[in-house]
Amino acid sequence: MTMRLYLWQRATAAAMVPLVLLHIAVIVYVSHQGLTAADILARTHGSLLWASYYGLFVAAASVHASIGVRNVLTEWSPLDARGAGWCAVILGMVLALLGFHAVVALVLT
Amino acid sequence: MSPLGLKHRGSALWIAAMIHRLSGVALAIFLPVHFFVLGLAFHGGARLDGFLRWTDQPLVKFAEGGLVFLLTVHLLGGLRILVIENFAWSDSQKQWATLAAAASAIVAFIFLVRVF
Repeated sequence: MTMRLYLWQRATAAAMVPLVLLHIAVIVYVSHQGLTAADILARTHGSLLWASYYGLFVAAASVHASIGVRNVLTEWSPLDARGAGWCAVILGMVLALLGFHAVVALVLT
Repeated sequence: MSPLGLKHRGSALWIAAMIHRLSGVALAIFLPVHFFVLGLAFHGGARLDGFLRWTDQPLVKFAEGGLVFLLTVHLLGGLRILVIENFAWSDSQKQWATLAAAASAIVAFIFLVRVF
């Protein structure tokens, strides 16, 4: 892993610590009631705060996961660094596209 | 590799590192599915509701408990790495790793108790 990727990996990890803690708290808090789309949308729809939170979460998770998968592929698969890098870029783009689509679906539509 | 080279593989910290890596891979596989499902809320929640009803099955709830465990253990394992890299070395690394696994199991258990 290059120094640049290492720093992105650690920076996104540090940024996600409070985000994941809040995410786990929300998961456990809402788990006692049967979850419906209406419950979720009532919390998120039109909320700039939730849009910012989930938007940041998606961006950080996309970068963090793709670099992590690149490391795993480099060490555990027959792919060379270039091949692993392309897989990571594709994964990161898929995560970002699906993630931001989900944020728009939950907050704006 | 010599048997001596594999000796570290039974240690608590090697297992902690392996759990961190495998939980990360599992979360990376789960994340696109998670985002796709949340995207079903586009243009109202009817399609998302259909999926949420499917998740009411006990087996799915147990799987969700597993995901909560994976997310928590990856978070705490990652915190351990950030602490190791940015602060002075602590001899209580093994205890912290064990505590992280135990705390993750407790969070997943609380989730399962509440969800059933």
